[in-house]
Amino acid sequence: MADDQQTVQTAWQQGAAAANAAYVRRRITIDPITRLEGHGKVDIFLDDQGQVERAYFQVPELRGFEKFAQGRPAEEMPQITSRICGVCPTAHHMASTKALDALYQVTPPPAARKIRELVYSTFMVEDHALHFYFLGGPDFVVGPTAPAAERNVLGVIGRVGIEVGQKVIAMRRRLRELITLAGGKVIHPVLGLPGGVARRLTAEDQAKFRETAADAVEFARFTLGVFEDVVLKNSDYVNLIVSDTFTHRTYYLGLVDEGNRVNFYDGQIRVVTPEGKQYAQFAAADYLDYVAEHVEPWSYVKFCFLKPVGWKGFVEGTDSGIYCVAPLARLNAADGMATPLAQEAYEKFYATLGGKPVHHTLANHWARVVELLYAAERMKELADDPEITDPHVRDLPTATPRIGIGVVEAPRGTLFHHYETDEAGVIQKANLIVATQNNAARIAMSVEKAARGLLSGREITEGLLNMVEMAFRAYDPCHGCATHSLPGSMPLLVRLRDQEGQTLALLRRDFDESLHRG
Amino acid sequence: MPEATHTPEVGARAAPGSGEPRIVAFFCNWCTYIAADLAGTSRLKYPPNVRVIRTMCSGRVDPQFVLEAFARGADGVLIGGCHPGDCHYQEGNYKTLRRYMLLRRVLGAMGIEPERFRLEWISASEADRLKGVIGEMVEQVRALGPLRIGMAAEAPAEPAREEVAA
Amino acid sequence: MADPTMAEPKTADPKPKVAFYWCASCGGCEEAVVDLAEGILDVVGAVDIAFWPVALDFKRHDVEALDDRALLASFINGAIRTTEQEEMAHLLRRKSQLLIAFGACAHLGGIPGLANLYDRESILRQVYLDSPSTDNAEQTLPQVEFREDGRPLTLPGFAETVRALDQVVEVDYYLPGCPPTPKIIAGAVQALLAGQAPPRGAVLAPDTALCDECPRKDSKPERLAVGEFKRPHQVLVDEGTCLLAQGLLCLGPATRAGCGALCIGGNMPCTGCFGPTSRVRDYGGKALSAVASIVASNDRAEVERILAQIPDAVGTFYRYSLPSSLLRRRAARAA
Repeated sequence: MADDQQTVQTAWQQGAAAANAAYVRRRITIDPITRLEGHGKVDIFLDDQGQVERAYFQVPELRGFEKFAQGRPAEEMPQITSRICGVCPTAHHMASTKALDALYQVTPPPAARKIRELVYSTFMVEDHALHFYFLGGPDFVVGPTAPAAERNVLGVIGRVGIEVGQKVIAMRRRLRELITLAGGKVIHPVLGLPGGVARRLTAEDQAKFRETAADAVEFARFTLGVFEDVVLKNSDYVNLIVSDTFTHRTYYLGLVDEGNRVNFYDGQIRVVTPEGKQYAQFAAADYLDYVAEHVEPWSYVKFCFLKPVGWKGFVEGTDSGIYCVAPLARLNAADGMATPLAQEAYEKFYATLGGKPVHHTLANHWARVVELLYAAERMKELADDPEITDPHVRDLPTATPRIGIGVVEAPRGTLFHHYETDEAGVIQKANLIVATQNNAARIAMSVEKAARGLLSGREITEGLLNMVEMAFRAYDPCHGCATHSLPGSMPLLVRLRDQEGQTLALLRRDFDESLHRG
Repeated sequence: MPEATHTPEVGARAAPGSGEPRIVAFFCNWCTYIAADLAGTSRLKYPPNVRVIRTMCSGRVDPQFVLEAFARGADGVLIGGCHPGDCHYQEGNYKTLRRYMLLRRVLGAMGIEPERFRLEWISASEADRLKGVIGEMVEQVRALGPLRIGMAAEAPAEPAREEVAA
Repeated sequence: MADPTMAEPKTADPKPKVAFYWCASCGGCEEAVVDLAEGILDVVGAVDIAFWPVALDFKRHDVEALDDRALLASFINGAIRTTEQEEMAHLLRRKSQLLIAFGACAHLGGIPGLANLYDRESILRQVYLDSPSTDNAEQTLPQVEFREDGRPLTLPGFAETVRALDQVVEVDYYLPGCPPTPKIIAGAVQALLAGQAPPRGAVLAPDTALCDECPRKDSKPERLAVGEFKRPHQVLVDEGTCLLAQGLLCLGPATRAGCGALCIGGNMPCTGCFGPTSRVRDYGGKALSAVASIVASNDRAEVERILAQIPDAVGTFYRYSLPSSLLRRRAARAA
């Protein structure tokens, strides 16, 4: 009996080995992905005809915030969860603070709510501007096929002029100084408490906000002008934006106010179908009915999908639960913008791109500039509000805490914080759905589609390297905070390996734009 | 010096791996340490598992001393000080009490059972009491088993690559 | 005829090379570097950034190709949680003359270090199985090695314990803070470039406690005595008075100065991100000692009552420093 089993086992193993060996595959690994938030790598598999079979966008890191939040006092969560991301700490801080309001069933007084939204608008201006000028923007302002040496902030400055470049850097600094003023620190602010904020704004503080807010609106208009001049007037760029390689038809999700207009700080969550019809609208407290997460063994990040539609794999369309968040999605999910200049820009956006919804991933860059304008206008509205210096900025909670869910729109997408505590307000359970997770499935699809469109049957070229990068960069500015000292070209290495990991070929692009094949 | 506890045997009997609990004790110079002396001259027998460190006041015991003792392999830590009101330096032992009570909570959250960390007020004449406390503590800690934490619990430097992430 | 080679410019002396890398990090330390704003010009004009994944496309291969010690300095932020992070720490150590632990996570373990209160299995279970929004009937977990239809995919391993950088490689200097402030960063980098670094192993920030530079110092009583500890959401916090005197758990007395008391400026207490001064081995132990010392009672029952108002002692005193503490992580449960 044992002998039979042994024979079967051996035969099985031999068969499997033969099958694997016969299947000649090549693997291209981009590791690590750079100029992106967090860590990531891309594995692309080609069959022996050089056709892309599959591409995997893998996130190789995990820290476990949802677990070590257990045992922590809930009022510490705004400062603890901001350490999830040092680029958008304010987003986590704000979602967390709103979860605390819900947890303690306390409403912040008007001045406090306005201070929070003012700080938040300031942050959105800063983060969106950073992305446009330093990160994703260069692909457009300079152009995806421009020499690599120019595809960075220096190239942007080359197009818009050194004075403007200095203005961009100064604007970023001023915005961040304001967040420090109102929030204690700009990286990991401290202002959020259930029922309000830690500190009032003085008349002096308000004056500083007003001054910068006025300049921020002008700056946002200027940025939109840059986009229109440099991108929209260039038919090659427009063709790239609307090309099929960078298009996915998915659901779209975002926060809207009571007029169904985009709001970053508060509102209801609205979902539209790939055809643009409203699919759902719900309050933060009901998110579990609509949002679920899927696990794959090849990535630490979980992939969000719409629960009622279901997980159908990495496919798009009305029958697949995959959805999209962040600027393009927010504009798609809303009926308009709440401020006049942004509304004008929104209308032009859709008129140019053929109506709602827009499925072109690269249009995120444009949508982001529309949002930049809204954030600046909103910042100005709040900075001008006389009520914002009211000293009453906290209402002390009295209710016994139990469960609280808070949602905001982070620059990169919808952010959910869900806390359950004991009667002393100590966290028993925490659930976090972090902006980019909502996009994780679509990002993976975009990378794969870009790889297919660019690699299949072709030799690896320099254009491929950048275009694959563009596929994920459109979703997430992340971390490519380039300084004005950024040296020329972006070096990039693509390694072609067989399935045993042996390197078959190397393509390296150096600082000086030279290409080397090995 | 409490000679009863200072036989060469102690090292061997309470050596790591011997299965014997190892207790580090911080005794205040003015009371508990003298009680230990008295226990010695009275030839009171108690388990040799205790390593005594003399401090001028129980208030000198920095929580870091306690943490380091545990980190280096102690299975239990005992602090002996003067009775409230009798401190040679007036207030020192009150500080000991407050620090002890807060440190206990932190140690509990770190998985160290309450029986492993004790604060006792033992005056210079209470040799019998000292014998009782030590005897009891050694047995309680023995029942709990060895504590492996900090340096004393050093895991292999790298998680095995072959392991699955789960 | 002029010799055309005479027209060729002389090459300048090569600038020293530096690298920035991030481990289990939030990216805030990267942002802190960018926040040097105009100040960064002096620094960057003087160095060549040879590796900075957040901003530049140099790959690991490029670092491996460098000679050992070719980098003047590597600044590493983030704690060590995965096998990949550990490998990169070793790699950069080999390739660098100076290795600087940048920020609280690299210095002390940081907030991700709170995961040391839990074992790896329970973390993975919470994230991938028990989370209320996770739909995972198959109980799939991320795998270090996985084959899908024969395609080999790998992920780094997720360690049992979070570690600070100096628990993995030898560290030459520490830049404290979550994140380090622009002033601290600029001061440190300038000192290093000018060859005026303090002895190896130093923390590059002032060596006094935060109370010393706190704007509310004058309102701190000579003898602090706290009869009630308050959590920040329970009271309105006066914007001018010492926070400890108001009963809030401000860790200023136990925390190294140098940040400019930013959190106090935001009207919230210090949570200890700069870590201890040089005279302290275990931050949490010293911080709890300081707090216990100011409890306003000598009666056991009353002390117990007051201390019970601190809901999370371990998370309060070790928020940033658990991996670097003497105990390092919660004891494993007895078999």
